[in-house]
Amino acid sequence: MKFTLSWLKDFLDTNASVDEIAERLTAIGLEIEEVVDPLAAVKDLIVVSVDECVAHPDSDHLHVLKVNTGKELVQIVCGAPNARAGMKGILARPGDYVPAFGDKLKAGKIRGVESFGMMCAEDELGVGPDHTGIIECPEDAVVGASITTVYPSDPVFDVSITPNRGDCMSVYGIARDLAAAGLGTLKTPKHNVTVCAFKSDVKLSNEATEIGAPFFTLREIRGVKNGASPKWMQDRLTAVGLRPISALVDVTNYFNITFGRPLHVFDADKVKGQITVRSARDGEKLTALDGKEYTLSDGMVVIADENGVESIAGIMGGEASGCEESTTHVLLESAYFTPESIAKTGQKLILTSDSRQRFERGVDPASTIPFGADMAAQMIAELCGGECSELIVTGKEPERPAPIAFDPHRVEKLCGVDVPADTCKEILEKLGCVVKSDGNLFSVVRPTWRSDISGSHDLVEEVLRIYGYDKLPEIALPRPNGVHGILQPKQRREVSVRRAMANRGGCQTITWSFMSSKDAVPFRTKDAVLIANPISADLNEMRPNLLPNLVSAARSNITKGTFDGCLFEVGPQFFGFKPMEQETVACQLRFGQATPRHWAVAQRSVDVFDAKADALAALDAAEAPQSVQIVREAPAWYHPGRSGAVKIGKTVLAYFGELHPKILKAMDVKTTVCACEVFLDRLPPAKKKNGKGVKTLKLSAFTPIFRDLAFLVDRKVDADKIVSAAKNTDKVLITDVSVFDLYEGEALGDKKSVAIQLTIQPVEKTMTDEEIESVCRRVVGAVGVATGATLRS
Amino acid sequence: MSDMETLQADLLAQVESAADLAQLDAVRVAVLGKKGLITEKMKTLGAMSPDERKAAGQQFNTLKTAVADAIEAKKAKLEEDAINARLAREAVDITLPVRPETQGRVHPLYQTYDEVVAIFGQMGFDVAEGPDIEDDFHNFTALNTPKNHPARQMQDTFYLKGEENGDKFIVRTQTSAVQIRTMEKQKPPVRVIVPGRTYRCDYDATHAPMFHQVEGLIVDTETNMAHLKGCLIEFVKTFFELDDVPVRFRPSFFPFTEPSAEMDIGCSRKNGELKIGEGDDWLEILGCGMVHPNVLKACNIDPEVYQGFAFGIGLDRLAMLKYAIPDLRTFFESDLRWIKHYGFVPLDIPSTASGLSMTGGNKR
Repeated sequence: MKFTLSWLKDFLDTNASVDEIAERLTAIGLEIEEVVDPLAAVKDLIVVSVDECVAHPDSDHLHVLKVNTGKELVQIVCGAPNARAGMKGILARPGDYVPAFGDKLKAGKIRGVESFGMMCAEDELGVGPDHTGIIECPEDAVVGASITTVYPSDPVFDVSITPNRGDCMSVYGIARDLAAAGLGTLKTPKHNVTVCAFKSDVKLSNEATEIGAPFFTLREIRGVKNGASPKWMQDRLTAVGLRPISALVDVTNYFNITFGRPLHVFDADKVKGQITVRSARDGEKLTALDGKEYTLSDGMVVIADENGVESIAGIMGGEASGCEESTTHVLLESAYFTPESIAKTGQKLILTSDSRQRFERGVDPASTIPFGADMAAQMIAELCGGECSELIVTGKEPERPAPIAFDPHRVEKLCGVDVPADTCKEILEKLGCVVKSDGNLFSVVRPTWRSDISGSHDLVEEVLRIYGYDKLPEIALPRPNGVHGILQPKQRREVSVRRAMANRGGCQTITWSFMSSKDAVPFRTKDAVLIANPISADLNEMRPNLLPNLVSAARSNITKGTFDGCLFEVGPQFFGFKPMEQETVACQLRFGQATPRHWAVAQRSVDVFDAKADALAALDAAEAPQSVQIVREAPAWYHPGRSGAVKIGKTVLAYFGELHPKILKAMDVKTTVCACEVFLDRLPPAKKKNGKGVKTLKLSAFTPIFRDLAFLVDRKVDADKIVSAAKNTDKVLITDVSVFDLYEGEALGDKKSVAIQLTIQPVEKTMTDEEIESVCRRVVGAVGVATGATLRS
Repeated sequence: MSDMETLQADLLAQVESAADLAQLDAVRVAVLGKKGLITEKMKTLGAMSPDERKAAGQQFNTLKTAVADAIEAKKAKLEEDAINARLAREAVDITLPVRPETQGRVHPLYQTYDEVVAIFGQMGFDVAEGPDIEDDFHNFTALNTPKNHPARQMQDTFYLKGEENGDKFIVRTQTSAVQIRTMEKQKPPVRVIVPGRTYRCDYDATHAPMFHQVEGLIVDTETNMAHLKGCLIEFVKTFFELDDVPVRFRPSFFPFTEPSAEMDIGCSRKNGELKIGEGDDWLEILGCGMVHPNVLKACNIDPEVYQGFAFGIGLDRLAMLKYAIPDLRTFFESDLRWIKHYGFVPLDIPSTASGLSMTGGNKR
């Protein structure tokens, strides 16, 4: 919401400075976005007199001027039709800033004649709308003086109005709120009853009183002469970013901004037959004043005649019945439309206007006649001439609001600041409320323009707002007794997993929760969850998996010259379009080489064992159960021979592996990529240990014995089977079995050699060589039975 | 010089000239071995008269001790030389780089998340969570934002395709939805913060279609707006690690709070550089207010008995402000160079006890 200082002062009698006004506006919730003085940018420009004006030797419309700055004569080439000797104007010299160019002016040659500056038009300087010629200063303007001696400074305020404050979508409303806040006195415009010259024979019926148009009036004005509106009005409209069009249109815009009173003017000669306020019919069309055609539907309130729809009520008029230069006969509409109806129609049509903004936030119904039907009609008659008819009224002003019971102690209870009851009353009355004391309770009737006030809590806010948020005390929040867990087990898990993944070299990233369907397809296991209004076509699906975003991230890093890396993300993936149909996944992805080129370490690509290690580390960080199975089953996006799952019973806790080459090809990644997905929500709840989770340590008195055994076995046999068989041979004596060598040479054909180390821990006494050999023989036997392996000779 | 002295000098010279341990041992055997020179001389003592034996014995013993000591000394010397030679051979170029270990990073947003949790945790807030996909009721209606409410246009909502029993679903525009889910499950007193992803249909230099908020909610019988002010001022001071931060509360509007406020903190913007905690400019950092009675009613909580406050802070914005990260969009670009630069080493775990900005050690 923009307005100028002089405009505000039409309604507010105050000596406050611009800064004071700005500060108070913010303090009462009308947040200042900025205050701009258009003159500030051009204050160096000066008044000059044109001493000589001759035709340009090489042009039929340019002039060559000699202008007097008070100190020197300057030669200027000028194309303005009103340039002439003896006039006074505004000169911009080389180095001066000219808003229309957005830059500083330079000296130049125009058709061979040097020009040391330019004579300016209003619109070039942003000080007014005029662009028909150069500025003509009054005769008594002082040559050499600043432009600010000719144009008074009138700073433009830009205020951000929250959706609840429809009453402040007007200069008058802002003045009223400032006056209530004690920054001056409100100057109420005088309401004169309109002198009616005749009774209109326009036929009006309102069928929409129940669906959004409870109160609708028309006034016919005959014999108007449309033309440009007066300069003061054009200046104001221009200052707030509106384009002056014609007196009739400008008056409606002016009332919209000044009083928050939307109006519409029909050209009465273009309207045919009876006028009806009614619901649109499905499929009816209207070309609105913005030149676009809108298709209307049932429930939208429109103003129609025998030609069809002429206007979308409270939002935008139609092109066909709009006013033109030639218009002489008009109908002025002033009405009250309900916010719900306007919002619904506006949202459906995706059509915004100054009028809609105001109706949607709530226009003062009581302003319909005094500010609309009377003052606006009178201004039209004053500016354009003509005679007014008697007012045609349909429906009636909505009922005045019921009183609200208000206990002034609620202010202290809710806000912690003690505002005396008398002060509360005074503040509410300043805001326009009618307050009656009834014992400890107030009975408060809100003003008609504050439809946002509906209950006691609203009155608390109003009191505090005017009393001053700066007077709120600051009280330390009392701490609850006892120890709090703060993080739930699930959240603690996420924190641990994030730190664990970073500890393993992962760089944490955050990618969008959405992605392109194209990349999502191979990763879907359920129906796609699609966004109806995506921000772009490649962000149109809620991600069914974290991996594709991370693969894309790897690709973009490779493109930027980072060829190897480890990224991880902990976040949601989605398997349905309803709330809760999502799960938290920790996904770590490695690409390129596992280590950098190094003098002491052989380089290798990332592989499935990196991913497996990542998965197991994350599960450990999340305190997953340790009795998990590693099985060869992973989804189709993994390399079928280099991937697996970590399971507990039937539940998959994690997948790990190298990504399928087809996936990488489709996503244009030309390096090896491995990854793991850890499903944090599927983990059984970690036990609360209260510090008691650790068993007492019992150290053995005997030194452990280590024995190596190498087996020859079919290549298809999993090493894990050998290890389990060995472990299970003697669960007391054998405390550890590890694979320390693997050989798969051609010499062995379809067999491989797997070497394990047994750790044998004597329990009650040292063991003899024969006893140790006996353990080893049992292991060889058990492994042979379980896997067909033989001891390698 | 006597014969004995000549012999001793000769034997010591042999010891001294030994080039290595093998030669030294050869000398030892030749002199002190079973058939060594001195051993042989000792054997001659038996045939001597007692007086001669005493004199010769002394001489032989002196000679033996001198040579044995010399051999020991020489042995120590040769061993020392040998180890020094080995060490010299084993010397390496210690300027070579060490074996590679990669050091990962925690994203600055999650570092901020951990800091915020630490601060509010210490004030007795629990951490609540809710789904990213929401229904109309939790995201809007229960938050006092009925259909066609102009406040709905304050936010550009992403809608999902598909519906169930006529209900359409959205991705949440605000973590405030979790206020409702929390109060549906838990009766007052409630004291939670809700960090999480939020989504708006908006993408430019200062808006991302996905960003993060942390919501705060207290509902009990006593907590008022002065507590809100105290709580948030304590938060900004702790978070920005400043002894004092100028703070301004302004009236504002959110459908789900009343009275509503926005909180600004003092800053300076001289020379295009933003400094928090000083200067005469203001920076908006959060919205807050007293929970609207309609919100309590939507959760079957009696607004005549219970009251409380709520606030919402942009986590991304907090991270940008504290860690001087200029562009929001870079948070979501997964550029490893960026993550390594702005990210945090895993051991830098924020706590209010050890100080929020431990560095956790150098970044590599």
